[in-house]
Amino acid sequence: MTLGGWINLLLSVGFVTTLFVYCLWRVLRGSPSDVNHLAHVEPHDPEQR
Amino acid sequence: MPANKDVWSSKLGVILAVAGSAVGLGNFLRFPGLAAQYGGGAFMIAYFVSLLLIGIPICWVEWALGRQGARHNYHSSPGIFHSLMKSRWSKFLGICGFIVPVMIYMYYVYIEAWCLGYAVNALAGNLGPDIDFVTFFTSFTGAATDGSAVRFGLHDVGIFVLIVYALNFFFIYRGIAKGIELACKIAMPALITMALIILVRVLTLGTPDAAKPEQSIINGLGFMWNPAKPVVERITGQTWQTIATIESLELQSAYAARLAIDGTERIIDVNGTPTVQRRTNQWTKVETIASPQLVPAYQARLATDGTERITYRSALVNLTNPLLWLAAAGQVFFSLSVGIGVIITYASYMKRDDDVVLSGLTASSANGFCEVALGGLITVPAAFVFLGSAGVVGQSIFGLGFNVLPEVFALMPAGRLFSTIFFSLLFLAAVTSSLSMLQPGIAFLEEGLAIGRKRSVAILAIITGVGTWFIWHYSANLKALDTIDFWVGTVMLFVQATLMIIVFSWGIGLKKGWAMLHEGAEMRAPGVYRFILRYITPVFLLGIFMLFLLQNVFGWNYSLANPTFTPTGYMQDLIGDHPDPVARLSVFFIAGMILLTITLTLIAGRNWAKRDAGDHLNKTP
Repeated sequence: MTLGGWINLLLSVGFVTTLFVYCLWRVLRGSPSDVNHLAHVEPHDPEQR
Repeated sequence: MPANKDVWSSKLGVILAVAGSAVGLGNFLRFPGLAAQYGGGAFMIAYFVSLLLIGIPICWVEWALGRQGARHNYHSSPGIFHSLMKSRWSKFLGICGFIVPVMIYMYYVYIEAWCLGYAVNALAGNLGPDIDFVTFFTSFTGAATDGSAVRFGLHDVGIFVLIVYALNFFFIYRGIAKGIELACKIAMPALITMALIILVRVLTLGTPDAAKPEQSIINGLGFMWNPAKPVVERITGQTWQTIATIESLELQSAYAARLAIDGTERIIDVNGTPTVQRRTNQWTKVETIASPQLVPAYQARLATDGTERITYRSALVNLTNPLLWLAAAGQVFFSLSVGIGVIITYASYMKRDDDVVLSGLTASSANGFCEVALGGLITVPAAFVFLGSAGVVGQSIFGLGFNVLPEVFALMPAGRLFSTIFFSLLFLAAVTSSLSMLQPGIAFLEEGLAIGRKRSVAILAIITGVGTWFIWHYSANLKALDTIDFWVGTVMLFVQATLMIIVFSWGIGLKKGWAMLHEGAEMRAPGVYRFILRYITPVFLLGIFMLFLLQNVFGWNYSLANPTFTPTGYMQDLIGDHPDPVARLSVFFIAGMILLTITLTLIAGRNWAKRDAGDHLNKTP
């Protein structure tokens, strides 16, 4: 295995692995808009009792 | 006809299903063979360029078109094209989206049966080191004579064909969420886990044979990934090229005094003008040297008259080889399963505002991971370690998978276990792919003939059953399989993909198509893809298709100066001096399927016209 071979292997395998893991993470994290569907909650104000 | 309410139960489900459709035998057998053959560095450059300019764009287009079809409750390619373009002929643009997956299924399920059969035989200990694997494969698949595969023992493919057939239709009958999605949610993680186990086993092989220290796993990886491979070249011809013309006779003696003394330069009269010419040798590759460590041994064996040499072919030089680009682009194209008609159908079961940009990229990246990171590190290095470069070079996909690799596992410690795992992995990869090829057919029959799932499954089972029996019976030299794979699984695939990209970028229009792609998108495609989708992808794809036809149909010798065309085997099988009757029968069968599809599309068109009129009346106040 030459230096060029190691560079080729690491770049190719690294690229596809990084892209796959990144995409999976984005999918499993879910859409940011899902968070916005939480009901609005008024901040608690101890003065207002 | 009641609206089809079948949908995916989750985004991950549709992604796993599309990835499952894409990941198949090609990831683990075809890609490694091509990368090793063309030189790892140059091939990977061409591969990634093709992925960015053809693979991912067409993938996005197909996802977007499919999801758009869902708006009008169409799930088949003919139906989706009909709903998108609203003309009487547009449905016919999608007929390849029925023919291609259905006919590929007919032979793919046969190959799937090989994988299951090999996994079971490996488990039973029938693939040991004393087996002649070429003979075993020939007998198992019936490649020796027609009809010889229709047997039902453990060493025959018959029982496995029946099992995989039943398994496929069991899952497809259960529908999208409870059938295909469930199967892929189990199979895909299992497949990747098995591949990782095999990967760890292969990377820890070391140097199993102390008598062959050059056959180590590191050298095996080098054989696959080194960008510049040492090659032995030999002089096979000489040409003289003009480097200067002599203006006057007085200068001739001055030029003569400066000529090279090794005889590589001369002065010659060309049309009455003295001309200085230099000799150029034509060097032809004789052999690829498997590892840089073997170079001294080859050096000692070179001819002493200067007619042989060892040289390193760099990646940049290899990139000028059109065959390399054809191989790399073809591999990306076929590996991603774009243009088959599967993705467009799968995407049509998504909800209207489901993301397709991130989903399409995720499915493509899953395929790329299995291919490059798993297939690229397993198959060729493992074969090299036990059999050397001679065991790998020139092997076909079937040769590598069913002759070479069983022998490799037979020589490996605990080989029976790893052989079982490997062929089980291939079987799972094949199942998720074959399942995907049935759904486009089911969708078309349901919505085109206005029938329910039970009847459409039954009709498709009969159609594909006839086709699979045809391939199973006419198994000599795998001629029927090979012929249908070429004309349908390759040529028609190019046609469908080209139609799809042209419809998206030019028929629908890029502005509308780009907006369609980004509805509900969780990430935006880079803006440069607007230009790529409209101009680069169609031209690149057409260029690769033309190159493919020139090489594989017309047998062009890649010379512009002296072009010759020698029709290839596929053409000679049909119209040559000694045509092959099974090849002709296969093409006749394909023609029959095309006629059947056109007939069904005409019937579907009448039903859809009624449906569209009914929908219009319902919307009119």
